[in-house]
Amino acid sequence: MTQSIIVQVGQCGNQVGCRFWDLALREHAYVNTKGIYDEALSSFFRNVDTRRSDGENNDITSGKIRSLRARAVLIDMEEGVVNEILQGPLRDVFDSTQLITDVSGSGNNWAVGHKVYGPACREQVVEKVRQAAERCDSLQSFFLIHSMGGGTGSGLGTYVLSLLEDEFPEVCRIVTSVYPSAEDDVITSPYNSLLAMRELTEHADCVLPVENQALEIVNKIQRMAHCGKPGHVIRKDTTLISGQGGVGGTEKAFDAMNNIVANLLLNLTSSARFEGSLNMDLNEIAMNLVPFPRLHYLVSSLTPLYTLSDVNIPIRRLDQMFTDAFSKDHQLIQADPKHSLYLACALVVRGNVQVSDLRRNIERLKPSLPFVSWNQEGWKTSLCSVPPVGHTHSLLALANSTCVRPTFMELRNRFMKLYKKKAHLHHYLHVEGMEPSCFTEAVSSLSSLIEEYGQLESTKGQLRADTPRLHVAM
Amino acid sequence: MSIVSVQLGQCGNQVGQELFGVLSSDSLEAQRQCPGAPGKDYRDCALERFFSQERTGASCARAVLVDMEPKVISHTIATAAKSGTWKYEDESYFCQKQGSGNNWANGFCVHGPRHEEAVCNLVQRQVERCDRLAGILAMMSVAGGTGSGMGTYITQCLRDSYPHSFILNQLTWPYGTGEVIVQNYNSVLTLSHLYQWSDAILVHENDIVHKICSKLMNIKHISFSDVNKVIAHQLGSMLQPADVQGTLGHYTRNPVGELMSSLVCHSEYKLLSLSTIPQMCRSSLAYSTFTWPGLLKHLRQMLIANARMEEGNNNSIYDVHLSFVGIDWQVRVPLNGQPALERMPQRKQPGFNTSLANVLIMRGKDVSSADPDGFLHTGLYSSWLPAEAAFNTWRSPVHFNGYEKSATLVSNSQALLKPLDSIVGKAWNMFASRAYVHQYTKFGISEEDFLDSFTALEQVISSYRHL
Repeated sequence: MTQSIIVQVGQCGNQVGCRFWDLALREHAYVNTKGIYDEALSSFFRNVDTRRSDGENNDITSGKIRSLRARAVLIDMEEGVVNEILQGPLRDVFDSTQLITDVSGSGNNWAVGHKVYGPACREQVVEKVRQAAERCDSLQSFFLIHSMGGGTGSGLGTYVLSLLEDEFPEVCRIVTSVYPSAEDDVITSPYNSLLAMRELTEHADCVLPVENQALEIVNKIQRMAHCGKPGHVIRKDTTLISGQGGVGGTEKAFDAMNNIVANLLLNLTSSARFEGSLNMDLNEIAMNLVPFPRLHYLVSSLTPLYTLSDVNIPIRRLDQMFTDAFSKDHQLIQADPKHSLYLACALVVRGNVQVSDLRRNIERLKPSLPFVSWNQEGWKTSLCSVPPVGHTHSLLALANSTCVRPTFMELRNRFMKLYKKKAHLHHYLHVEGMEPSCFTEAVSSLSSLIEEYGQLESTKGQLRADTPRLHVAM
Repeated sequence: MSIVSVQLGQCGNQVGQELFGVLSSDSLEAQRQCPGAPGKDYRDCALERFFSQERTGASCARAVLVDMEPKVISHTIATAAKSGTWKYEDESYFCQKQGSGNNWANGFCVHGPRHEEAVCNLVQRQVERCDRLAGILAMMSVAGGTGSGMGTYITQCLRDSYPHSFILNQLTWPYGTGEVIVQNYNSVLTLSHLYQWSDAILVHENDIVHKICSKLMNIKHISFSDVNKVIAHQLGSMLQPADVQGTLGHYTRNPVGELMSSLVCHSEYKLLSLSTIPQMCRSSLAYSTFTWPGLLKHLRQMLIANARMEEGNNNSIYDVHLSFVGIDWQVRVPLNGQPALERMPQRKQPGFNTSLANVLIMRGKDVSSADPDGFLHTGLYSSWLPAEAAFNTWRSPVHFNGYEKSATLVSNSQALLKPLDSIVGKAWNMFASRAYVHQYTKFGISEEDFLDSFTALEQVISSYRHL
C-alpha cells in the first residue's frame, strides 16, 4: 500500500485541505468499523502513540488506532488560517512539526511568495517534507493544494512544487489548483496565475484545475436538488457539499465549494486505498491521461451530487450518473468538454457498479464524445467496491481535453490587459530576482501550451487517415 | 506430472483463483460422477497435476502469485482459503508496495530485473515439489503494467531457467472499447516479446467472454468474477485429465507437451484460441439435453465461421456481418474430397477461418461414441499440413464441471487474426503521433524497441493471413 503526502499552501490551500482531512476521517470512520489501523488508513494517516514523548519515532504500524496524524505539511505565510485549524476540532490531527508559518503574508504578490519566501524557508520545507516522507513505507505521490490568484499559494506553492521535483524526482506530483474567477477581488490575480501556470506546466505531473465559478454552479445544482420533486426525499448528509457527520462544526462561507474539491481528492485516491475488481493506482493516472508531457491539465467532474432515499437504484439512475459526468454543469472548471476534443478520459467508479454497467455506458456515450483520431478508444476505467459515505455509488470523470484552451486564453487575455498598461508591475519588479523576462517567458510558455492544444483541436472531426502500416516482404 | 502456475498482475491472479476453484471442485466431483477406476484415476491425476498435499491433508495449489501491490493478492488468498477445499501455499507469493502504473516499460525494465531472483526462487520451490514437471502455465493480462511487462520478463527468466520445459502463457486481451488507454502499446510489446520465449500463447478476449456471459449465460449484471469463471471453465476443460490415444481410462501424463506437439508445429504460429460448447447458466442445464453429433456440428461451424460462441437458445437474429457473435451458417468448406496437395490455391470465402491445427477434447457421457470426423476435412486446414496430422482428439468419460457432455476445441487458426490486426493498427496510429511514448522512454523502452515490436507482429499477422 502506498502513502501520499498532502502539501497545503496558502489560505485557500489550507482551507480546502482542512475540509479534505475532515472528509477523509469521516470516510475511513465509516469503512473501518473495527478501529484497527489498516493499510487503507495508512495511505493518509500515521498512527501515533501519544503516551510516549519521544516525538520522533512513535509511529505504530498496526493494531488498534491510538491517535491519527495526517501525512501533511501546512504552509502559510500568515498565521490566521493555520491557527484557526489548530484551534478547531482538527487540532489533534496535525502536530507542530508539520507546520511552516510566517507572519506577514505575501501581499497577493507571486514574486514575494516565489522569490523571497521561497528561498527563505526552503530549508525548513525540505526538512519537514523529508520527515514526513521518511515516515512513509512507500511514498507514491505528493498532492499539492493551492490557489493561483494569491501570493503565497501561487508563488510559494509553485516554489515548493519545483523543490519537490528536485528533492523527490521519483514521486508523482499531483496539483489541485484553484483558478480565480473573472470577478475575482484580487486585482493582480491574472499576473499571479500566469506566472504560476508556467511553473505548473514545467514541474507538475498532473494538474487538476478547479474554478470558483464552476463550483458555484455545481453548488446551485445541489441547492436546486434540495427543493426537489415530491415524493423524493434527499437523505441527510448525502450531499457532496455537506460536511454533516464530520468533525467540523458550523459551515463557513466557502465550505460547500471546498468540500467538492476535497471529495475530488478522496475519489481520486479511492482505488488506491480500497479494493475493487479493477484497481487504479495513482501512477496510472499520469500514465494514461498524459499523452505528451506538457499537456497534463485534467478536467474533472463528480457525480452524483446527492442521493435520493430510494434504496434500489434503477438502471436509469445509474446511466444518468454517467451522462451527468459529461455535462458541462458538472465540470469543476467552466468548460464544455463535449464540444471539444478528448485526448483521454478516465472513469473512476465507486460502489456497487459492475463491469457490464460500465461498458454499456461507455458504448452509449461514446458516439457523442469526440476523441482524437489516434485515441478513439481512449478510456481508462477503474472499479472500486467501497462507495463514498452516504452514497451507494459515485463516478469521477477525469478528462484530458482541449476544452481547457478557452480557459487559458481567457487567463492570458486578462493578463495582457493589465500588462499592456504595466499596471501594478512595479510591485513585482521591485522584488529581487524578478525580471521583465519572467513575465515574457511565462506568457510564451502559456501561449505555446495554448498552441499545442489548438493544434490537436484542429484535427477534430477529421476522418482518421490511417498511417500506412509496415509491410512485410513475403 | 504436474503443472506449476504463475499468476501475474491483477487479472492473472483473479483468473488463476477461479481456475483453481474449478479444478478443485471438478476433480473432487469426478469420483462421485463416475464411480470406479476411471473416476478415481481422473481425480488422482487431476489433483496431482495441480495441487500438492500438505501434511495436514489440505490441497495446496501449485502456484506462485506475483503482483506489485498487495491488495489483490491478499484478496485472492483469502477467497481461496474460504473455499474450504483448497488453498494457496503460505509464502508462495511475491508482492511489493507500488504497482507498475499500467506501464509495460516499468514492469519489464524496472520491476522485472529488480525482483527476478525472488520470483524465480518461489517458482523453483514449487517446481522442486513436483515429481515431474509437465509445464509452466503463466496467466496474465496484456493491458496493464505488471501482468504484461513484468510477466513478459518473468517468462524470459523461466525460459532461461527451464530450457526444456514447456511454457504456456494464458493471455487476457482487454475490451476493444478501452479499459486502459495505453492497452494497445502494452499488448504489442507483450506479444512481440513473448513470441520469442513462450511455447504457446493462449488468448481470451474480454469482449468475447463478456458476450458469452450476457447472451448464453443470461447474466444481467456481469461482473469480472463472472467473466473469470467462464475463462476458468474453458481453461479447466483443456487442462483436466484426458486420454489422447483413444483408450479410455488411461490419462496422458503430459498434457502440455501433447498440446504443443499437436498444435504448435511451427515457431511462427503460436497463437491459440479456445471454444467450448455448451456454455449456459446452471438453471437451464437441467432442462437441456445434448447429443454428440449436435454438439460437434455446432463446434465445427463455430470453428469455420470463427464464432467463439454458439447461438444459444434464444434464436434471436444476429447480425450476419458480426461473424464472431453468432454462427454464420453460410460459411462453408470450399472443396469436397480433394486431397490437399492437388488443391488449387484456395479462394476461401471471406470469414472462413483456416486452421493450422486443432485439438478436440470431449468429456462426458458416451464419449467413445462421439464421431469427430467432421473435423478431418482437408478444406479446414492449410495446404501444407495434412488433416490427419493437424487434427487430434482427446476424450475423457468424466463429466466436466457439471456438464453432462462438453466439447472443447483448442485451435491454432486465423481466429485471432482480426483482433490482433486491430490492436496493432490502433497502436500504430497512436505511435504515429508519438503519444505517451515519453512514458515508456522514461523507463528504458526506446522508439526502436517499439518499431521492432511492430515489425515482429506484422510478420505474425502476415503469416496467419497467408495460412
